[in-house]
Amino acid sequence: MPITTVHYLALSAALLLIGTIGVLTRRNIVIILMSIELILNAVNINLIAFSHVWGNVRGQIFAIFVIVDAVAEAAVGLGILIALFRNKETVLADEIDLLKW
Amino acid sequence: MLTDTILFYIFAVMVLVGGIMTITRRNAIHSALSLITSLLGVAGLYLLQQAEFLFAVQIVLYVGGIMVLFLFVIMLVNLDQAAKQRQFNRQWLVALAAVAVVAVEIGYFMYRGGASIHIADVPLPGAPAGVGNTEMIADSLFGEYLLPFEVASILLLVAVVGSVVMAKKRI
Repeated sequence: MPITTVHYLALSAALLLIGTIGVLTRRNIVIILMSIELILNAVNINLIAFSHVWGNVRGQIFAIFVIVDAVAEAAVGLGILIALFRNKETVLADEIDLLKW
Repeated sequence: MLTDTILFYIFAVMVLVGGIMTITRRNAIHSALSLITSLLGVAGLYLLQQAEFLFAVQIVLYVGGIMVLFLFVIMLVNLDQAAKQRQFNRQWLVALAAVAVVAVEIGYFMYRGGASIHIADVPLPGAPAGVGNTEMIADSLFGEYLLPFEVASILLLVAVVGSVVMAKKRI
């Protein structure tokens, strides 16, 4: 059975949902950041699949921009995490409730 | 054609199993290693789609760069205490229900609309002979997408300065 674009889209949707579950349910901020990487990779699979479908490289260009965003987000997020751990001694997302009433 | 199919399923299993392991492991190091597996699977999918440049970028940047960053932070931050506590928050049931609804939605759209995405089955005119994938990307990136490219470099500069400021003890 040949692999069509729909296979790639289904795989990408599954990875997106796995990442979303990770973001919504985990308490550890490091793993939440990893789940965001999974979501961005799901987007990239989609972009590459459609780039292949249309036979031009525009999708790959946007995938590069998504990767750049992922790098920036990971660097800033982990910097925030280090600052947070220094001040609050915790990496659990639901224990950081300073703005909650 | 058969090799493509087999390779696709191998990489798909790598991606999905790696992803599921990433969000379920208690130890953050194990999560990071599973994430590497998943990202390598995605790199393999890029190669199957003839995106050779992105394959190299994925390996170098994600597996070589971001993962080292994650591992550094995991070792810098003391995660032993967090590993002993509850791993999932109190709203996990609501979250799973919401994700299930979205899954049904996406599945329904793909079931109804999948038939209209059959452009890939007809061979499209690919790159002209002698022009590689990297060359085509460079042409597009430095021509049509020059402004976004420069904006991305500013974004990276801001991210570098921002992360240093965040992680610094006193500014």
